[in-house]
Amino acid sequence: MGLAKRIIPCLDVDRGRVVKGVKFVEIRDAGDPVEIARRYDEQGADEITFLDITASSDDRETMVHVVEQVASEVFIPLTVGGGIRALDDVRRMLNAGADKVSINTAAIARPEFVREAAERFGNQCIVVAIDAKAVHQPGESPRWEIFTHGGRRPTGIDAVEWARRMNAYGAGEILLTSMDRDGTKRGFDLELTRAISEATTIPIIASGGVGTLDHLADGILLGKADAVLAASIFHFAEYTIEQAKRHMRARGIEVRL
Amino acid sequence: MTSIAIIDYGMGNLRSVAKALEHVAPQARVIVTQNRQDILQAGRVVFPGQGSIRDCMRELAHWNLVAVVRDAALGKPFLGLCLGPQALLEFSEENDGVAGLGVLPGRVIRFSDPRDPASGERLKVPHMGWNQVRQAGDHPLWRGIPQDSRFYFVHSYYPRPADETLVVGWTRYGFEFASAIARDNIFAVQFHPEKSAQAGLRLLANFAAWNP
Repeated sequence: MGLAKRIIPCLDVDRGRVVKGVKFVEIRDAGDPVEIARRYDEQGADEITFLDITASSDDRETMVHVVEQVASEVFIPLTVGGGIRALDDVRRMLNAGADKVSINTAAIARPEFVREAAERFGNQCIVVAIDAKAVHQPGESPRWEIFTHGGRRPTGIDAVEWARRMNAYGAGEILLTSMDRDGTKRGFDLELTRAISEATTIPIIASGGVGTLDHLADGILLGKADAVLAASIFHFAEYTIEQAKRHMRARGIEVRL
Repeated sequence: MTSIAIIDYGMGNLRSVAKALEHVAPQARVIVTQNRQDILQAGRVVFPGQGSIRDCMRELAHWNLVAVVRDAALGKPFLGLCLGPQALLEFSEENDGVAGLGVLPGRVIRFSDPRDPASGERLKVPHMGWNQVRQAGDHPLWRGIPQDSRFYFVHSYYPRPADETLVVGWTRYGFEFASAIARDNIFAVQFHPEKSAQAGLRLLANFAAWNP
């Protein structure tokens, strides 16, 4: 008995509303972040991640209010990603009630930002999000590169090297998304996940590609992830978080139930 | 009406702590404050903390709160959270060694390459996520909380009190460390009850009703 592996549902929020259609039974307002977060908390979510996909920076203040409302009613850790570019963005989200922020593009633009944010606010609240794609040819040894702009723009940065560097700069955790698998329902890129987990000393959250409950368990057992993040399988009520945890437990994984 | 002062010395977000206390103790007046008078007059005091111990001690000194915190820890129901229990001890290894408040005897130690005792596998640092707390003794703050309940942790250093009788909760991460310590009116936990769902809310409710 000891530390549980975590399940983290992820919600995309646009101008204060949850998008990509959450389909719970008997939910009054499927776009309301507070109601959805409360539902996930009841199901036993270990944390909740909000990804702010609001395009206009004018509307970003809306996310602060969303976090404030959720944090007044849901008492599990909350992470906010999307649009975190400056120390002031980090401070605003933490003050609103977020426990962690996830930094992606801004870290690539200026890696020192991660170091500064970790020093100012503590490693525990700085998550570095890594979007990676396989770039090796068949028969070559595996290699992944960081991509930005939803997987469209290559950066030339090696994903494993980058994870190691972010670890050294004070990231408290890595949110690793395989852009090859995201949205495919074919399961995590386990080789990538394992490579990053073994190259670093901090917890890794696996993301991208979950279609079945076995995929979640594989992420932990084969990918060596410390937590698994998923969106659609929970949003569309294919499975509840409790079902997912029971399945993981049946496969020998320690979970909070 | 009871009042609960959450000591604000610029270390991390205290809104969640305040919200959780308001949620479980709607009759209490919850204030987030750095005002000495507020803290001295409050019926109960919460001493939170996040970030590094060096910054924590520096900010306490900067806000002229060292003596106030020591006094509160000797007098009224006093709840330390996360970095709180570490700051109460005498010394921390963090930041090349930092003296704490010395309210309780003991030191703060870094998780150094922790391993799973069964598999030998390397464990990640920080210790992050939901882990179990084995309650030692039946302290009033554990009331209604099942043995071995899970709470949310995130930390790289852990308290090691000099006197094991101070330990009221143990958690296993490669080995057992003191995740809850208590003496008289003090109860201090390494985890975050304000982020630990039902078990955490119950602990906060117990604190709001505690008369040591």
